[in-house]
Amino acid sequence: MANAARVAIDKNTLRELGQGGTVTIPADVLHEPSFHTVFTSGQREIVLSGNKQFSTGDRLKRPPGGAGGAGGGEGDGQGNGEAEDGFRFVLTRDEFLDLFFEDLELPDLIKRQIVATETTTLTRAGISMDGSPSRVDMSRTMRQSLARRIGLRRPKPVEVRELEEEIARREASNDDPDRLRALRLELEVALRRMARVPWVDPIDMRYRRFEQVPKPSTRAVMFCLMDVSGSMSESMKDLAKRFFLLLHVFLQRRYKRVDVVFIRHTEVAEEVPEEVFFTDPRTGGTVVSTALAEFTRIQRDRYPVASWNIYAAQASDGDNSGSDTQRAVAMLETDILPVVQHFAYIEVSLSAAIVRGETDLWRGYAPLAERMPKLAMRRAMERRDIFSVFRDLFARRASVA
Amino acid sequence: MTIGPLLYSGTDWDFATLLRSYDAIERIATDELGLECYPNRIEVISSEQMLDVYTAHGMPLTYRHWSYGKRFLQHESSYRRGYTSLAYEVVINSNPCISYLMEENTATMQALVTAHAAFGHNHFFRNNHLFRQWTEASAILDYLAFARSYIATCEDRFGTAAVERVLDAAHSLSRHGVHRHGGSRPMNLKSEEKRERERLEYDESVYDDLWRTLPDTKPVQGMDKVAERQRRLGLPEENLLHFLEKSSPRLQSWEREVIRIVRLIAQYFYPQPQVKVMNEGCATWVHQRIMTRLHETGQIDDAAFLEVLHSTSNVIMQPGFDHPAAGPGFNPYALGYAVMTDIARVCEAPTAEDRKWFPDIAGNGDPTGTLRHVWANYRDESFLLQFLSPKVMREFRMFRLLDDTAEPTLLVDAIHDDEGYRDIRRALARSYDPGLNDSDVQVIDVDLTGDRRLILEHRTHAGQLLSHKDADATLHYIAALWGYEVRLQEVDADTEAVLATHKASPIVSV
Repeated sequence: MANAARVAIDKNTLRELGQGGTVTIPADVLHEPSFHTVFTSGQREIVLSGNKQFSTGDRLKRPPGGAGGAGGGEGDGQGNGEAEDGFRFVLTRDEFLDLFFEDLELPDLIKRQIVATETTTLTRAGISMDGSPSRVDMSRTMRQSLARRIGLRRPKPVEVRELEEEIARREASNDDPDRLRALRLELEVALRRMARVPWVDPIDMRYRRFEQVPKPSTRAVMFCLMDVSGSMSESMKDLAKRFFLLLHVFLQRRYKRVDVVFIRHTEVAEEVPEEVFFTDPRTGGTVVSTALAEFTRIQRDRYPVASWNIYAAQASDGDNSGSDTQRAVAMLETDILPVVQHFAYIEVSLSAAIVRGETDLWRGYAPLAERMPKLAMRRAMERRDIFSVFRDLFARRASVA
Repeated sequence: MTIGPLLYSGTDWDFATLLRSYDAIERIATDELGLECYPNRIEVISSEQMLDVYTAHGMPLTYRHWSYGKRFLQHESSYRRGYTSLAYEVVINSNPCISYLMEENTATMQALVTAHAAFGHNHFFRNNHLFRQWTEASAILDYLAFARSYIATCEDRFGTAAVERVLDAAHSLSRHGVHRHGGSRPMNLKSEEKRERERLEYDESVYDDLWRTLPDTKPVQGMDKVAERQRRLGLPEENLLHFLEKSSPRLQSWEREVIRIVRLIAQYFYPQPQVKVMNEGCATWVHQRIMTRLHETGQIDDAAFLEVLHSTSNVIMQPGFDHPAAGPGFNPYALGYAVMTDIARVCEAPTAEDRKWFPDIAGNGDPTGTLRHVWANYRDESFLLQFLSPKVMREFRMFRLLDDTAEPTLLVDAIHDDEGYRDIRRALARSYDPGLNDSDVQVIDVDLTGDRRLILEHRTHAGQLLSHKDADATLHYIAALWGYEVRLQEVDADTEAVLATHKASPIVSV
């Protein structure tokens, strides 16, 4: 199954990934092949039933949709094959992604989470005797108060009222003055006790307690940097897009919230919305450092290291104007790599560029990648490479310890 | 004939009803029709269980493989959406013969399917020469249990991926796992287990590291090397699975055993498609006859008999070629039932035409004896060639089309008239000929001492090449089992011209 899911990625199902809902896996991934013949040319005879008007020698038009005679006579194997193609597995998006990312993980995720505990959250932490009035736990307070009133034998208001009524009645009828005196005394004691034992005492008060609990940051931002200069063809951009999309889906599974920032550059860099990023063609030279500078600016502006997990992916065909590569490498090393969790450099190139050997950027980044494991660089030439490159980048490493 | 009391009335049934029906049916089947059956075991199952039975090709148990899960999902989704309904019964060619009846059948349907499966199919399984020759009904259940536990053990020891790899490859060749011309030796669980044990012991006992150091023997001079090689390996060989199991240089012994399991199970299923028309025709004719007799003897009421007629006529419906429900080919129930009913008619009330066409059986007055003879000794192809009568052709209004890709139109070259009868009959019988429908792929050469490339040949009929994509994929599976390069040539059977070549190398696993 996992295999089927992976194959499905190559078959454009990727688009469905970003949208949720269900993912269908065509059954031809699970096709069971066998040797069987197909009628392609020559002669064959077909016997059918239900003749109404034909006589020997009549000629019929071929039914549309192939050589099969009126829906009959097509070879068995052929029929089976078609029937199976119509069948699909339906997985929910989560099931699919579980299979798809089964053995991948984010590099350095845990280490960073421990470091980045700047955000906190309020968590209930029991009951306390003091606190602000807004956090009074009314039911607990009243329970305490009731217990104390019973314990200290505070007379109930009803009892006091009954005493008062009886006294009034006896005063009106004016018989048995001894009993009246006794009642008055009793009322006086009761009133005194009521005044001494308060309805709610400060010692009854109970407050809900909250504590500030440090929380690992569950936000991530993903920077997509792409060269859109004239040398990048549509198919190269398509490759890049596939990689970005995979990364986005992958990050979404690990973080509650994933922001995406698209930065495109020619000899100048700018932040653009997604549609523009992938569709709007530009012409011009290539100065990679502009994009890196824009990255740093946006990151400092909006995504402080303390509260964001930062990922970056750069896609390029590897061209850069000669003098700029050194600057780009320096910026990468000093400004960018220290703040990001991971920086993936994908070189999308068509075969011609590969033949030329190493590109400007590749040559610049390669020594850096050796020193800094956060920087990973891969080449992708065809659509089907993307997935293996992606898996390669995020494969679970055995020795993380 | 005594008029018996009703076996049941209404639609409800309980196990006592089933037993009464079964006894009454058995009396008719053995006393009047003279059927010889395996002992019966009848189980009543739910629709869920029926889906499970479908999944395992109608077997009660099988080993684990993903293709069964795939099949289950297919059946299940089409059943849930109402595209197909489930069968009323499934019957297994085993001794005792197991029939599964659906629990939601009515009392009449239970009686009908008992007659259909537990007596019709059962008699056919026991007596038809193909089943007698190719299948061992008393051993199959034990063998499946052995296969299941053996493959489970392999999964534990070597991992599911390794087992799956062999099973996938072997499944793709399951249609090429039969010695078509040799018949089969009966299988026996005890001897299978013994054989496997002996194979291991032999391997261990003959292992001697010294052999490795011996110099190679010199090849025999002056021999035709190719002919000698072919003789020694028994080539050409059409049983690809058997060849791979015995001769593949790279397989481990458990892998050979797994291939053997797939091969033997495939062989068990080998006769089924060759006698589909006869098998269903036999069962339908038997159940119709038995239910009719039950009604004649007053053991079921008119309402029940109407239900029988309704059900049978649904089963034997043959839509015309232009009907939207028409599938490819003929409905085997309809064709088989029609021809068998016709044979019974010819035996009892022949016309002049029948006497001319069937002098041997016309008017012999013994329809059941004649049918028993037919059931035992024919398969679909020979059955139709021998017994498809002009009357049945007229009833079906059969006609023959000639599809010549060189022509822009299809030609109607025979209809159901005096000139056409024999042509139609021959063409229809040919379409059931397994020799023409199965692709003829054989191993023709391999150089075990050289590059070990395996060479296969497909002898084609009338320009029918292998489906290209599937052939390549299957060839990759063969290469995986063989371990070296495999090449497949498609050769015109008449002119020996090579029409296409396929190649595959094993994928080197990392």
